[in-house]
Amino acid sequence: MLTKRIIACLDVRGGRVVKGIQFVDIIDAGDPAELAHRHAAAGADEIVLLDITATHEGRGTLIDTVKRTAAALFVPFTVGGGIRSAEDAALVFDAGADKVSINSSAIARPELIGEIGSSFGAQAVIVAIDARRAEGTADPVGEAEVFVSGGRKATGLRVVDWAREAEQRGAGEILLTSMNTDGMRNGFDCELTARVSAAVQIPVIASGGAGTAAHFADVFGRGKADAALAASIFHFGVTDSRELKAELQRAGVAVRLPC
Amino acid sequence: MIAVIDYKAGNLTSVVKALHFLGAETVVTQDPDVVRTATKIVLPGVGHFQSTQLLNDLGITEAVRESVAQGTLFLGVCVGLQWLYEGSTEAPDVPGLGHFSGLCERFPAEYAGAELKSPHVGWNSLDTVRADSRLLKGISPGGFVYYTHSWRAPVSADSASVTEYGGAFTGVVERDNVMGVQFHPEKSSSIGLQLLKNFVEL
Repeated sequence: MLTKRIIACLDVRGGRVVKGIQFVDIIDAGDPAELAHRHAAAGADEIVLLDITATHEGRGTLIDTVKRTAAALFVPFTVGGGIRSAEDAALVFDAGADKVSINSSAIARPELIGEIGSSFGAQAVIVAIDARRAEGTADPVGEAEVFVSGGRKATGLRVVDWAREAEQRGAGEILLTSMNTDGMRNGFDCELTARVSAAVQIPVIASGGAGTAAHFADVFGRGKADAALAASIFHFGVTDSRELKAELQRAGVAVRLPC
Repeated sequence: MIAVIDYKAGNLTSVVKALHFLGAETVVTQDPDVVRTATKIVLPGVGHFQSTQLLNDLGITEAVRESVAQGTLFLGVCVGLQWLYEGSTEAPDVPGLGHFSGLCERFPAEYAGAELKSPHVGWNSLDTVRADSRLLKGISPGGFVYYTHSWRAPVSADSASVTEYGGAFTGVVERDNVMGVQFHPEKSSSIGLQLLKNFVEL
């Protein structure tokens, strides 16, 4: 049976893992390679490393961090941040990434999705979408808007429309982050996730708001997510994938238990 | 020396890294003569079946055919497994090696009255394990491995393991010295490493 994936996300700045609340208030959470291995050993199904400052500071992805993290990691490993061309993506793949996550650069030039996909396969391209509900409108979920540059800039694009376009252009997965719920630990945005999941055939990874095992069960059920991503819940020993998966299994969610 | 064939179908880094981690020596090659002299051959590959056309153009298809006829151990991964069959509906004009009978087909858009997401991405179980499989030695049914693909190979007597997703498909194929895995052993944690170790130690 295909299981629901738990993805541990490492937001990296200057070679260190950091965590913010609603995209600000950054705090230090450790070494990327060390944390990646700890998460994989505890049963995380995938690791995502996002260089959160790459886009707005115009830096390239931290290739050395990627190499060091990938060195003995035998679960899928995604890298995002600062990937603006198929050449940038190639450097990250050479360093040991299995997938790249593109966000602002795909909005700026949607052809990039197909360019990376044609060289490395659609499965290697995740389009990340930072979404904010359109509060004050008749349908805040349906009208939710795409933001770029770490949530700093509105695009005027509807989330559902952009997810569909990304799929048509050859994205392998959608990583949907709700800016409304991110970092709050009050649960994922299940309504928005379900709306996007229904709009596309490719897997949708829910992100933003993980706080308890019940939040994951909720986004896999009501939110129709194929995978869920969390960062802060796993840091500082709050919980790990092993505990989380045991709880999910008790709640009737199909998960891969670590050996 | 294991020849890892590079036919520009995605990223070889992870497969090579896992083989090195297990102590194997590898040579990444596009040269049919290197393939002919290798003790083992690995054909990785993610992406489109069309890219296997390069194997024909480079003369690697013939080299592999000769080598496996002489008993050289062969492991295809993902598209590398699919290539062992007669072909794929993904690129109908490109013939596979035809070592195993049958054609690879896309997952249906619907199965059992429900929408079926495609690609099939994530950790799924090896629902059966054929007792005589050398590749799956020490691996029990029910273990989870990481898949990412939209086309799949049919189930036959050569299937060493099957997985359920929109019906059963071949997760591992094995007959004598010729083997293939649809999932990514290099990304499948301890079970994947066990499988690669089994191959390296054959």
